[in-house]
Amino acid sequence: MTAPVLEAGFDATIAPWIVALPLASAVVLLLFGRRVGRAAGIVASAAVGLAFLLGVLLFVRLVAAGHDAHETVRMFEWIVAGDFDVGADLLVDRLSMVMVLVVTGVGALIHVYSIGYMHGDERYARYFAYLNLFVAAMLVLVLADNLVLLYVGWEGVGLCSYLLIGFWFERPAAAHAAKKAFVVNRIGDFSFLLGILLLSVTVGSLAIGSVNEAAGAMSSGIATIAALLLFGGATGKSAQIPLYVWLPDAMEGPTPVSALIHAATMVTAGVYMVVRLSPVFEASGDALTVVAWIGAATALWAALMAAAEYDIKRVLAYSTISQLGYMFLAAGVGAYSIAIFHLVTHAFFKALMFLGAGAVMHALDGATDMRAMGGLRKAMPVVGWTFATGWLAISGIVPFAGFFSKDAILAAAWEEGDYALYAVGLATALITAFYMSRLFFRVFEGRLRAPEGAHPHDAPPTMAIALVVLAGLSVVGGVINLPGVLTLEHFLEPVVGAGHEPEAAVAFALGALATVVAVVGIAAARWLYTTDAGRARRDRLTTGFAGPVGAVRRKFYVDELYTRALVRPGKAFAAFCTDVVDRRVIDGVVNGTAGLVAGLSEGVRRIQTGYVRNYAVTFLLGVVVVLSILVLRVGAS
Amino acid sequence: MTSVSPLYFLALAGLLFTVGVVGALVRRNAIVIFMFIELMLNGVNLAFVTFARMQGRIDGQVLVFFVLVVAAAEVVVGLAIIVTIFRRRASANVDDASLLKW
Repeated sequence: MTAPVLEAGFDATIAPWIVALPLASAVVLLLFGRRVGRAAGIVASAAVGLAFLLGVLLFVRLVAAGHDAHETVRMFEWIVAGDFDVGADLLVDRLSMVMVLVVTGVGALIHVYSIGYMHGDERYARYFAYLNLFVAAMLVLVLADNLVLLYVGWEGVGLCSYLLIGFWFERPAAAHAAKKAFVVNRIGDFSFLLGILLLSVTVGSLAIGSVNEAAGAMSSGIATIAALLLFGGATGKSAQIPLYVWLPDAMEGPTPVSALIHAATMVTAGVYMVVRLSPVFEASGDALTVVAWIGAATALWAALMAAAEYDIKRVLAYSTISQLGYMFLAAGVGAYSIAIFHLVTHAFFKALMFLGAGAVMHALDGATDMRAMGGLRKAMPVVGWTFATGWLAISGIVPFAGFFSKDAILAAAWEEGDYALYAVGLATALITAFYMSRLFFRVFEGRLRAPEGAHPHDAPPTMAIALVVLAGLSVVGGVINLPGVLTLEHFLEPVVGAGHEPEAAVAFALGALATVVAVVGIAAARWLYTTDAGRARRDRLTTGFAGPVGAVRRKFYVDELYTRALVRPGKAFAAFCTDVVDRRVIDGVVNGTAGLVAGLSEGVRRIQTGYVRNYAVTFLLGVVVVLSILVLRVGAS
Repeated sequence: MTSVSPLYFLALAGLLFTVGVVGALVRRNAIVIFMFIELMLNGVNLAFVTFARMQGRIDGQVLVFFVLVVAAAEVVVGLAIIVTIFRRRASANVDDASLLKW
């Protein structure tokens, strides 16, 4: 138990500025992009960089204010209807500030990298506008104090994802991928919205604090339904089964986008949301089990597919899906701060590897197929060495960052008695080490090979800075939560509660086992991919297990299944609505009414014969009728 | 001398009016239609004067003056229109002037 500390509030008024800076920069670049021209990259990076510095300042203030310090800053009144008050409120607490630092820090690095990567692009300023807009929306998401504002940020990042995936929209593949991402996300968003509505009706308020407090009193049935609906949203945004299909296609976008949005930040929004609303999940008995198992299953599933991909970006995409599965596994066993720990380390090494892949593509005129590459470390040493740190981190080699976070997840699963989940996690770790080593060995090791006409060169300085910084973080990042010291876990305790660590002996054994597994994975990749003898072994294995290998290569036919089961019926329904309901029924009624009026007027028109004498007769008849009425009425009364 | 019953005057007025109506509807020449309209108006005048005499007041007789003035003005305008049309198409047949139709 901590000694009572004087709770001082702290000045959190700079919080809105953290959101406002990237947003203002986005607006300026959207409106005046053409005039800003080359400076757009610097403006955008400066905005995010400044936001990062403000974030650091706010973080320091937060820490200095004591164990349970948190502040809510109201930016403006938004929805006020009787007792229902939803303001544009920002919640500054330990969890949100960790996220803010990751988003702005990694975001700033990627902005700087983009200056080099997107150099010469036609819509240079617009790219940075979208990137800034994304950062602003993501910050709204992580800083939101109520679920409505969170949803606004959620939708905002989805929009920016669409805009950025389809940035080179002249390419049909990119336009299609953007559409797919948006539609699949929408399904998740719908589930999320239903969850929010259910919570609103049950709790009466949508402030996160109120929801979490009321969670204890919720019936487990309602809590389960709400939690599962919320998790449905998370599966969409964080690419878990069943809504992961958009992420591999999203690689059509510029690589820095993949690094920022589809590795470090947007896809982690689902994890953040589950951690933030953990009391609701805890109140439900089964929801957490579902979360953990879907996370574990996705991790394994995606790892298998990554091992069969030849496109370097797609390997990284499936890897991201798999690592996100790990995060949900952690959350599902109650180890929320460990999930955040892995979120942070993953942001470092995955963004690093994406940027590295981007540097490779930049040097090879956009090539992505690893079958055409080899030995690139000789031609691109900086990229090679930095990518190596990312590779070792994700494979879980001590003392790189990934080892500590992944090991903590597996230890938490073991400690909670979920040995089945542990086994799945361990198997996935083996495959992870395998596929990432496969990528590294094929691209960076061995004989120097490159596609026709490409001259591989190392990354220019603007791109190299980000690579080096992230590599450094991948190496030492584990320090934020070393076993025994558990800095991060203790730090987040006021928000997510305490976890429990396994005993030192158990922890050591688990760590050793994880390392052994990782080494086996790397060795297997080395055995199969670095020599010509290895190629022979590969061919034998592929022909020997042709069935399973074929299925994995075809992504287990999931896309085809979705197309048959969902997309085609959806399109058929849409066609029905257009052709029958819209054209025949609605237009029929409208045109029919017009036709009726026209028909009637055709008939009535004929009174106007043009003959004066006809008019005179009509006139006479009218006079007779009026007079007779008058006479008869007068007579009667 | 015995007075003539006012009913005879009214009958004559009605007869004049009826002849005027029928003639106005049947004839095709514009000027002839106008003559019949005048006939209608005169029938009405007679009825007014008769009613005035029956009631012993002069209100009806005053109204006749109004009718006469209006009739005169109307004839001026109507004949002007007919003459204009006649100049354009050399026909005073009302059935020919039937362009304003559907």
